[in-house]
Amino acid sequence: MNDKPKIIIGLAIFVAVFTFPIWYNRGAAAPAPEVKLSEKAKAAKQCVRDTDYMRKEHMQLLDGWRDRTVRDAMRVYEVNGKEYVASLSNTCMDCHSNKADFCDKCHNYVSVDPYCWNCHTYPKEEKK
Amino acid sequence: MVDILKPEEMFNSIDYALPKKPWEDVPTDFSEGTFCYPTKKKNQEYLSLVAKDEWSPADEDWKLPPNWQEIIHEGFKERLEKYRSLKVFMDICVRCGACADKCHFFIGTGDPKNMPVVRAELLRSIYRNDFTIAGKILGSIAGARKLTPAVIKEWFAYFYQCSECRRCSVYCPYGIDTAEITMMGRELLSLLGLNINWILEPVANCFRTGNHLGIQPHAFKEMIEFFCDDIEEITGVKINPSFNRKGAEILFVTPSGDVFADPGTYTMMGYLMLFEHIGLDYTLSTYASEGGNFGLFTSSDVMKRLNGKMYQEAKRLGVKWILGGECGHMWRVINQYMETMNGPADFLEVPKSPLTGTVFKNAASTKMVHIAEFTADLIKHNKLKLDPSRNDKFKVTFHDSCNPSRAMGLLDEPRYVLKNVCNHFYDMPENTIREQTFCCGSGAGLNTEEIMDLRMRGGLPRANAVKHVHDKYGVNMLACICAIDRAALPPLMNYWVPEVGVTGIHELVGNALVMDGEIERTIDLRQEPLKEEEE
Amino acid sequence: MNVNYLYSLLAVVVLGLVAYVGAGSVGLQGVFGIFIPYLALVIFIAGFVNRVMDWAKSPVPFRIPTTCGQQQSMDWIKQNKIDNPSTTWGVLVRMFFEIVLFRSLFRNSRVEIVGSRLSYKWVVWLWLFAILFHYSFLAVVVRHLRFFLEPVPFFVKALEQMDGILQVGLPGVFISGVTLLAGALLLLMRRILIPKINYISKAADYFPLLLIIGIALTGLTMRYFTKVDVTKVKELTMGLATFHMGIPEGGLSALFYVHLFFVCILVAYIPFSKLMHMGGVFLSPTRNLANNSRMKRHINPWNPKVKFHTYDEYEDDFREKMIEAGLPVEKE
Repeated sequence: MNDKPKIIIGLAIFVAVFTFPIWYNRGAAAPAPEVKLSEKAKAAKQCVRDTDYMRKEHMQLLDGWRDRTVRDAMRVYEVNGKEYVASLSNTCMDCHSNKADFCDKCHNYVSVDPYCWNCHTYPKEEKK
Repeated sequence: MVDILKPEEMFNSIDYALPKKPWEDVPTDFSEGTFCYPTKKKNQEYLSLVAKDEWSPADEDWKLPPNWQEIIHEGFKERLEKYRSLKVFMDICVRCGACADKCHFFIGTGDPKNMPVVRAELLRSIYRNDFTIAGKILGSIAGARKLTPAVIKEWFAYFYQCSECRRCSVYCPYGIDTAEITMMGRELLSLLGLNINWILEPVANCFRTGNHLGIQPHAFKEMIEFFCDDIEEITGVKINPSFNRKGAEILFVTPSGDVFADPGTYTMMGYLMLFEHIGLDYTLSTYASEGGNFGLFTSSDVMKRLNGKMYQEAKRLGVKWILGGECGHMWRVINQYMETMNGPADFLEVPKSPLTGTVFKNAASTKMVHIAEFTADLIKHNKLKLDPSRNDKFKVTFHDSCNPSRAMGLLDEPRYVLKNVCNHFYDMPENTIREQTFCCGSGAGLNTEEIMDLRMRGGLPRANAVKHVHDKYGVNMLACICAIDRAALPPLMNYWVPEVGVTGIHELVGNALVMDGEIERTIDLRQEPLKEEEE
Repeated sequence: MNVNYLYSLLAVVVLGLVAYVGAGSVGLQGVFGIFIPYLALVIFIAGFVNRVMDWAKSPVPFRIPTTCGQQQSMDWIKQNKIDNPSTTWGVLVRMFFEIVLFRSLFRNSRVEIVGSRLSYKWVVWLWLFAILFHYSFLAVVVRHLRFFLEPVPFFVKALEQMDGILQVGLPGVFISGVTLLAGALLLLMRRILIPKINYISKAADYFPLLLIIGIALTGLTMRYFTKVDVTKVKELTMGLATFHMGIPEGGLSALFYVHLFFVCILVAYIPFSKLMHMGGVFLSPTRNLANNSRMKRHINPWNPKVKFHTYDEYEDDFREKMIEAGLPVEKE
């Protein structure tokens, strides 16, 4: 019995599966998206916390805001002596007013699908 | 022979506690009673195998040939190149332990080297050392070890402590088959002249006389004729079977054990009566007078040399097809090896029952049919007149032999026959029958007196299941379709469940068969009263 | 204490430290982030293919399926077409059950001495742990494709949806990550605590389990505790997948490199270890052959010429006795 052809087909499938990313992407560079900062955000220079913290932990921060606001009615977030209104729609989206350019870019890139906007509204995007 | 423990003592001696030391550091015990006797040199010489001067496993120095390591290394390499099974089984075991307590020898001895996984590791450790990168670099950390005389001794002890029953391979997630490992291990040992007599003597006999027991042609004929006298006494019907007859339609081949010793002889009588009753045009051969094949337990070459006789004789006699008797490992050889080794059987015809017209499509190529298939077909087509009440004193259970179960799948045919020839049939619990059946404890050439302790331990799981149906249903007869069983189970039953006898299924067929012109039967084939005497 | 798991634990700890120091303190991010992953992938694929082709080189001389049910016989006897297949279709179904559902492992039982008898109990644990472990692993691997594919295809997203169905925690808990760790720990506990399994276990059994536990722990830590900038992670991994290699600006945490290095070691280790069961399960001759050798002749490519004892030799040996007994002979 010559089963080598079958084995070679099997191995070809194996190689294809384990190199799937290479031929799926076809070598098209896919660098991390650049977020577009609004003028207001640029002017502010810094978000409520430093950029590295915000990149890694903004979801924790927002989660904390939500809990305190809803459960304890504490609407103020104080950090480094500055006070912010703990509100996604009113504070965050005030600077980062374009959801598509700011939030979605990275979320889509790493396949994250937060449910913030199931409840919250965001500013209408300007038609380009 | 060494006296063995009493059954309760043996049972209580089973201890699954493990040694403190890893198995690699536990020396092999070679006290009397633990090992099979080595073969006599004349058998090796007769078969042109590597011949070794007289020695004993109990000796400190086994006097291996000076280049023994090279012989093993080269032999191992050759087998890796010949058998994908060996290569894959050496590489992929994950030691999950599913097989560990599936081996009847482990269950009965508690010796961890009888766990199938460790039995295979005996070989694997050398494989890693000699043939893998990891083993060469990391040594014992990678599970490799050097080939020393102690390893050879361990191989001898444990590859002759495996009955190649394949039960472990049913449970293995990768189907690793210890029978395959044991066969390779035994072949390697054979390269050093390390064979056991209980295998090689039958092989040499079979090579010369055509059967394991060394029965010469005239004696073979006499013995069969002696059965015919008995049959006449029991039934009043005179049978004259033919021998070496050219032009017969069918050649019938069965293990010679059934010609030689009780209770197999009664099964032989059952065949003769059945064939007479249906007027089968068949012949027996004195040259191909062995169904079994102890070559299977020696090496694939020797298996081929013994097996060749069946086709050669079928061709010489000009029969149309071959009918095979009840035997376990014989059917592994026929189903999985015969035509590959000695085919093509293009001089034969696709087997067709002359009585029922049934074409045995599942034997279309080898042209060899199992007697249980043949008889089941006869019964299904109402070709036999049967009086199952003649077996009423028996409460019967059925022992699936390892090889027909796990190397063929002959499970329902014998049960169908049994249910038609006796009124009281009870199967043993499901995890001890069919593909999960337990070995008789003496298969693969281990049916020898000197290891009686091991055989009783190895047969314990089988006996334990028989005891279960004996206690529950009053079972008093263990039916089987294997000549080794018929030799091995009686002492096993006698030891563990003495109230239970052993029979082949065609003995029960012979009892139940209402033959044309027979006298009123008062005795069974054992010449004992048909009915239990009323008190 | 058993040296087998000591060695393995030591090896995993040392490997972790190597990456932690190498990529973290010494700053060899290029080595650990680019060079080693490529090297590991090449070793994995070449090694795997090489091993399987080496198996393929050896023939299957005999048809040796382990039959686990009724054979094909007369029409009125019901064949077990899956456990004792006689056709290619049957074999495919059997292999499907074996590979996808771990059919044989599901049969597992345990022997016990109860009073003066043996008893067998069906035990599901090994099967359950194995299923848990393997399928969690598969889910985790497929989920990680989000780092290697752009745009992320629907099947990865769908799996993430299902895997995150609990909707607890932030980031939402993926079930498979937790069950992978649990599965690996259960399998490890089994090896350590069950005496029989402990007795047969080698360093080569502990090492991959500990390595996988290391991978799971570092992964879970990054996702749920220390956090990592996943955008940067994807920038690095997409660079690998598209051959636009680069270390993202600002670099990544040492823990990430430990995680990645563990994965690389595991992947490169596969071809040289028991983990080849991944390929071997397809090639086991006791499972992937039909039990049809009485129906069709199977060829052994090295079928040897052997010396038979022919009928003529036999008759020469016994002729007189045969004649005397009235047996027919070829030569008078």
